[in-house]
Amino acid sequence: MKKLYSVLAVLLVATMLLTACGTPATEAPAVTEAPATEAPATEAATEAPTAAPTEAPVVIKVGEVTDLGGIDDKSFNATAYAGVEKAVTDFGVEGKYLESQQQSDYAKNIQQFLDEKTNLIVTVGFLLGVDTATAAKANPDTKFAIVDYSYPDCFGDTAVEGQTCGSATELPNVLGLTFQTDQAGFLAGYAAAAMTKTGKVATFGGLEIPPVTIFMTGFKAGVEYYNAQKGTTVEVLPFTYTGNFESTDDGRAFAESFVQEGADIIMPVAGPVGLGSAAYCKETGSCMIVGVDNDWTVSAAEYKDVILTSVLKNTNVAVYTAIQQVVDGSFKGGLYIGTLENGGVGIAAVTGASDELKAELEKLTADIISGAVKVGE
Amino acid sequence: MTDKTVKPTPSEKKDDKFDLRQIFEGSYNTLLPLLAIFTGLVIGAIVIAGTDATVIAAWKNFFQAPGAAFAATWTSIATAYGALFGGSLGNPRDIVAGFQTYFSTGDNAALLKAIYPITESLTTATPYIFAGLAVAVGFRCGLFNIGAEGQFFMGALGSVFVGYSLQGLPAFIHLPLALLGGIAAGALWGAIPGYLKAKFGAHEVVNTIMMNWIGFRLSDWLLNGPMKSPGFRPVTRNIAESAQLPHFFPDPLRVNWGFILALLVAWLIYWLLFKTTIGFEIRTVGANPDAAKYAGVNIVRNFVLAMVISGGLAGLSGASQVLGVDHWVGQGFSAGYGFDAIAIALLGKSHPFGVVLAALLFGVLRGGATRMQSLAGIPVDIISIIQGLVIVFVAAPDIIRWLYRIRPAEHKQALQSRG
Repeated sequence: MKKLYSVLAVLLVATMLLTACGTPATEAPAVTEAPATEAPATEAATEAPTAAPTEAPVVIKVGEVTDLGGIDDKSFNATAYAGVEKAVTDFGVEGKYLESQQQSDYAKNIQQFLDEKTNLIVTVGFLLGVDTATAAKANPDTKFAIVDYSYPDCFGDTAVEGQTCGSATELPNVLGLTFQTDQAGFLAGYAAAAMTKTGKVATFGGLEIPPVTIFMTGFKAGVEYYNAQKGTTVEVLPFTYTGNFESTDDGRAFAESFVQEGADIIMPVAGPVGLGSAAYCKETGSCMIVGVDNDWTVSAAEYKDVILTSVLKNTNVAVYTAIQQVVDGSFKGGLYIGTLENGGVGIAAVTGASDELKAELEKLTADIISGAVKVGE
Repeated sequence: MTDKTVKPTPSEKKDDKFDLRQIFEGSYNTLLPLLAIFTGLVIGAIVIAGTDATVIAAWKNFFQAPGAAFAATWTSIATAYGALFGGSLGNPRDIVAGFQTYFSTGDNAALLKAIYPITESLTTATPYIFAGLAVAVGFRCGLFNIGAEGQFFMGALGSVFVGYSLQGLPAFIHLPLALLGGIAAGALWGAIPGYLKAKFGAHEVVNTIMMNWIGFRLSDWLLNGPMKSPGFRPVTRNIAESAQLPHFFPDPLRVNWGFILALLVAWLIYWLLFKTTIGFEIRTVGANPDAAKYAGVNIVRNFVLAMVISGGLAGLSGASQVLGVDHWVGQGFSAGYGFDAIAIALLGKSHPFGVVLAALLFGVLRGGATRMQSLAGIPVDIISIIQGLVIVFVAAPDIIRWLYRIRPAEHKQALQSRG
């Protein structure tokens, strides 16, 4: 028995070694994508903390701290880093990221970037809201940008600055990156109303929090606008929430029950949960999915047959804009609002859309930008 | 049953010794884990170099420039491990310089900056010590507690609840209460599988895994419902200051009294396991339940007791993280402390002092990973690979013996297999 174990163990190690040697072929291109992270690595080895001042041209350093989703979440962490990578190519800035594996990593990762004298620290997600504000207040010379959050965020009597919320005042060195995803959701709702065959569409969220519900209210408003314009009675099923952003099983179950209630187009606003819904639609052929955050025909290409369209929250554009402002010196704290106008939000191509619908969507986009059509009530 | 009636056998006596000198005296019991760690680091280095584009490019030109290939490999590994250990232990020169500045001018800024890495490693090691002890106690009773992760979660929730719901208590009452809240919640989560095992023979591996999922989903619900703080974020309120484990240094240094507590608890568990009748019974049940039963030991009570202690320690692990570092709990609170704890208990040979050393190692690896990721661009996942390798080698010591041509020591065999 003991022998068997050791044979198994040797096999295991052998596999690890082989995979270790085997991966370079596939991994290599991924690594070369971020040359900026390689270059400082070698110089840091010789003299880690004081490497920067010896260099003649000052390279602007950008660091992204992810939330628990990690850098390859196919959602806002990844999209935000795409913005960093574009800035690396365009402006020659130095781009890095640190993944958070648990909540105590947030402060630690921000601290690591502070130690490296990073010029702009991009934190992703509202869960980093408190740590970002605390670090920003202690380091007024460092610039921060936080995705899906903004300051002031302390309201009411129970709010304690630095604990339950980040800051009671606007911070001069923090740019909040927020998105009017209801504008894009509006377009998706309009498209869904035009494409539905059963006359019922549905949307559900991961949690009932503003960054999620804004998609859903926009979607609903878009459907209602379509009804008002065309005299139809397309119905949006009542909003529901899975309570998490993880369970693809939940996504599947929610899609199933929506289909049973008669819906044929579903917009899941719950990160990877939506992939479960997409899988259900693909297997049964009974529904279409509206993707969120990025273009799901690309990021979830295996389900592209059942992706009607995607509501794009272009975190990359927002992050790129923030970096651009740091580079050209126009950075100031406050609020960036991604809209249809500045490309911060948008909608992907609608599968199977008629030329008429395409034209209507284009006109609607222009009308929302000009203010002729109001998205919110 | 008293100590007089049951004398520890000679082999038991040997088992409770954990002496670093054994390494030099050629005792394989300590040498093997050290070699396992070393081998893990070596293979980790191969993985690091093997996934580095610069190194691969250099090796493609091996026949043109063999020196460059070796140089690139060396640079890659040195950068990674330099950053890893620099990020976890700090730079000795900076620390010395920091002390000099402090003593000559009284300015502690440089010193605090220099010791930040090592304090961060100790901070990370703290929950690992508790959680490792939790699994080790289970092992000693022959129980495989895979549920430490769930118990960790419950402990965190229990202590955060006591921490924020009670206000205006003095710290010397509030802090112990909050710790007890964590212990109680974890112990409850451990007691259930222990009872099911003892009473109905339901296997603890299955039940502790099941309890993990119940714990995760329960925490999802609690964080979105009853325990949710005002505002939209699915997190709890912050604990009162009186429930916080005091930090030793000003921010951002986070090392706190939890670490001292962990060392004390490790000693307490050592004392419990090896110096008391309770511990002797637990170990007897672990060594041979049938024999223990025959000798009149109450198996049911010991299974439940071991799981209660184990769960309580895992809960204390979560509590130490909440009360010492985070001060609030959100979704995805743990980074797998409970699962890493299994590895720590194995590496520490289920001995409290071994567990402390193994937890310190894990703290160093995890603590330095951030810097390694940032400076060398190496994903933190490499740490998991190294940890995994170490565990493989510890669990299958024959590989290490074969690699390093160590002859098995006959008289130790029995102990090894009992692990």
